[in-house]
Amino acid sequence: MPDRAGGAIFRGRFLPYALVVPQLVIVAIFFLWPTVRAIYESFEETNAFGTGARFSGLTNFVNAFSVAGEVGTIEVTVILACVTTVLAMAIGLFLAVEADQVGRVRRVYRTLFIWTYAVPSAIAGALWLFLFEPGLGAGARVLVDLGVNWNFALHSLQAFALLVAVIVWQQAAYNFLFYTAGLQMIPRDVFEAASIDGAGKLARFWQVVFPLLSPTTFYLLVMNVLYAFFSSFAIIDVITQGGPGNATTTVVYQVYRDGFQNGNTGLAGAETVFLLLIAAALTAVQFRFLNRKVFYR
Amino acid sequence: MRDRGLSQALRHGILIFAAAIFVVPLYLAFVAATHPARDLLTGVPLLPSGQLGPNLWRVLTRGLPNSAPVTTLMANSAVMALGISIGKLVLSIPAAYAIAFFRFRGRMVAFWLIFITLMLPIEVIFFPTYEVTAQFGLLDSYGGLILPLVASATATFLFRQFFMTFPVELADAARIDGSSPLRFLWSIVLPLSRTNLAAIFVLEFVYGWNQYLWPLIVTTSPHSATVVMGIQEMISSAQSFAVPQWNLVMAVALLAMVPPVLVVVVMQRWFVKGLMAGTS
Repeated sequence: MPDRAGGAIFRGRFLPYALVVPQLVIVAIFFLWPTVRAIYESFEETNAFGTGARFSGLTNFVNAFSVAGEVGTIEVTVILACVTTVLAMAIGLFLAVEADQVGRVRRVYRTLFIWTYAVPSAIAGALWLFLFEPGLGAGARVLVDLGVNWNFALHSLQAFALLVAVIVWQQAAYNFLFYTAGLQMIPRDVFEAASIDGAGKLARFWQVVFPLLSPTTFYLLVMNVLYAFFSSFAIIDVITQGGPGNATTTVVYQVYRDGFQNGNTGLAGAETVFLLLIAAALTAVQFRFLNRKVFYR
Repeated sequence: MRDRGLSQALRHGILIFAAAIFVVPLYLAFVAATHPARDLLTGVPLLPSGQLGPNLWRVLTRGLPNSAPVTTLMANSAVMALGISIGKLVLSIPAAYAIAFFRFRGRMVAFWLIFITLMLPIEVIFFPTYEVTAQFGLLDSYGGLILPLVASATATFLFRQFFMTFPVELADAARIDGSSPLRFLWSIVLPLSRTNLAAIFVLEFVYGWNQYLWPLIVTTSPHSATVVMGIQEMISSAQSFAVPQWNLVMAVALLAMVPPVLVVVVMQRWFVKGLMAGTS
């Protein structure tokens, strides 16, 4: 943490504590305590009546992630994250590069794209559900006319594809926004120098512009993975409820099922601990990136 | 130059086409909300009809079976979103001020305790957080909806970062003038932070309004639901009709997205500033 240079700093014995304590109390009650609780619960086994509890070692972890069905929740989550991240970032980058070259009207396009990001995920899910409701939605009818046997309630791949579409629809706007800002920060003469070189347009982009966007790309990678891991819950709950089978059950959705629908606190605890580790890893990655940026500036 | 003109036209074409694709789900939702339910059975109408008013009136005043009127849900959403956004400002500004302007024992500990919550979305620890909230007897209340979401590492960091850019002389002058640290915060620091306040407020309002999982598990009665989480119940309710009431569901969807979309589009400058603040 960088300190104020020199440091004209107020003195006060109680005031600084009074100022930070409210925030710390909330952090302690609603972040630290639940975290400790989850770790504790993850090593306990509750009986079928939810009354007694006893130490059970790693049983919950083994049970939580042993793959009973055709596909495990970790696999679903990771594949969902990879597919949506690549697609949403590619579309965002492509549109940002196009918009960057049209001059000041760029701002109009920002408005035309930004709104999908503001739509609540659950509502986005509702719009797309209406669009692809088998036998009723406009998209579903078009697909049937094209000869697709469309029913995402029965076909795993279709359900998965529908979720990907909604997530990309929302996240592309976010990526567009950050890539537009990133492109704005590249000095104009870099573009000019690159074009004097006489390299092809595409080669120029990948060799000169894209590397300069790497801080943005890196940041967006983390944010898109975060979204697919955690914020996708609303879309999944509205459209597929994790089905068919477990085909679209992410780890967060599994916590919801095990913890709330099946009342198994031990399993939910173990899964929460797993999520905490993922979040910690992503935080570490992001923090390294923040540090490096501070260093370079 | 002619070549350039042509490729510019192509660019606009691509961008407008993409924007149109993005708008399709919204447009069809709007069209559906303007029709009676049975129109949606036979085929998808592509043009609006005249039922928007009656559909909106119906959901706003009566809602769907098993759900409260949408006016109630919207009011709950507004309380939650305002509670979270204002609460985050009220908690994070003093904390950031203390960390930036004071030297005190445990300052680093405080900083790191707040920092670790940075990337911890409620979806990560929602299950144990739910149990803690239940222990406090906060289920089905505004307190339960708001309190677990008001801690904000993001806001604390942005304000700390911003406060660090304040010239040292400013604080020195205030001290020599004999004004207290709180007075300096209130009459110098806060007025200078207006744009940052607006940026964070817009960002967090949208964050609060758009919450789904947390209100879903914390509220139990239909009357304390928020409009965003309420959509799930309304979809199943609408599907249980002989003629699925998708027109009403889409009317609710439009109502639910108006506040965040409007706020983001109208206050775009601040929203984007808030989004970007953490990264540059």
